[in-house]
Amino acid sequence: MILFIAGTAALVVAMLLVLARLYLGPDLYDRVLALNSFGTLTVLLLGYIGFLTERPDFLDIALLYALINFVGTIAVLKFFRYRALGRGLGSQDGPEA
Amino acid sequence: MLRCIQQDAGTEMVKAISLTIALIALWLTLSGHFTPFLLAMGLASVLFTVYLAARMRLLDDEAVPVQLRPALVLYWVWLAVEIFKASVAVCRVILAREMKLSQQLIRVPWNQSTEMGRTIFANSITLTPGTITVETGKDAFLVHALTEDFTGADGFEEMGGKVTEVEVRHR
Amino acid sequence: MDMSLLDLACNIATGIAFATGSFFLLVGAFGIVRLPDFWSRLHAAGVIDTAGAEIILIGMMFQTGWDIATLKLILIAFLLFITSPTATHAVSNAAFVAGLRPQDLKKDETEQTLSDVPTAAIPYRSMLPESEPAAPSKSSSGEGSA
Repeated sequence: MILFIAGTAALVVAMLLVLARLYLGPDLYDRVLALNSFGTLTVLLLGYIGFLTERPDFLDIALLYALINFVGTIAVLKFFRYRALGRGLGSQDGPEA
Repeated sequence: MLRCIQQDAGTEMVKAISLTIALIALWLTLSGHFTPFLLAMGLASVLFTVYLAARMRLLDDEAVPVQLRPALVLYWVWLAVEIFKASVAVCRVILAREMKLSQQLIRVPWNQSTEMGRTIFANSITLTPGTITVETGKDAFLVHALTEDFTGADGFEEMGGKVTEVEVRHR
Repeated sequence: MDMSLLDLACNIATGIAFATGSFFLLVGAFGIVRLPDFWSRLHAAGVIDTAGAEIILIGMMFQTGWDIATLKLILIAFLLFITSPTATHAVSNAAFVAGLRPQDLKKDETEQTLSDVPTAAIPYRSMLPESEPAAPSKSSSGEGSA
């Protein structure tokens, strides 16, 4: 149990550092990058919570969060590249269209 | 086009059966209950999913990559060791008292014959900390590297050769 | 006796894995804060996404015993293994297309690699001036089509 508490403490420190970059980030892409890393860390935090509370159901939530994090990152990037979510990646007009 | 539509019925059947097996394994992993009712529901949804995938012509090399060799697992083990070594190297750069960055955009040619092989190669480069595939050209990747220590041409050649070995079962 | 020995071995393995993984997580997060520009921060995020997360997930696998939770952890590790390079590539490629370039490039082979690629919509074909590397890209990504 002490292992999980120590791991969670290190994880929370790492999350705070990434959150600082999310707040400071001078550019949009810095923020997306920090958001992606923060999502990965959240998956790990959900796993830790599952072990600390001894409820393995949290692993399902972690699995789902990993998927949502990936799709969310792609959706944000696609929106800022095409200014719309409906247009396909195969369309010829570039990001400034 | 990315997807190759032309394939014989036998290949498609093999892919359908492989997808069915994989989906059943996924259902059993996520469910964890073995009552007859839930198993029946699982089987029904798996078969419906495979039917939909076949109808949407998704049973190709990209969605069901059964053309890859099983030796891919060994490649992943080799890749894990490489990832660990590269992570230590990146940590050393980050923790150095004054960071000696010399960022580079370098050209890494590929020699894989399939789209899937190139995807595996590009993703392996990205997975290894210190190098990231940025853009794809006609016959090479554009790779961003943190310092010149990560840009050894031998390392990329070794990785590309290993990917070429596992990308296609029959040649 | 035998079982407790196995438990002890599992605990030691978990301890080593958590220590290594947490080290990678902390160094990666520290690097995200410390490194000077976007392109170098990508590599720090790579340390978090691959080495740190995977090693911690492996450490968790030792604590479940062999049951369905282990399989779920393997599934999570596999999904991270597949999706994290794709997400990293998506971020870097979006920044590249938007015209963001690393500051202080030592070696640049962009032209040879992408000389005949029509789809690579590169608004700034030439190198950015060294004095203000990020300024033009900001305007292009922020206000270009707002």
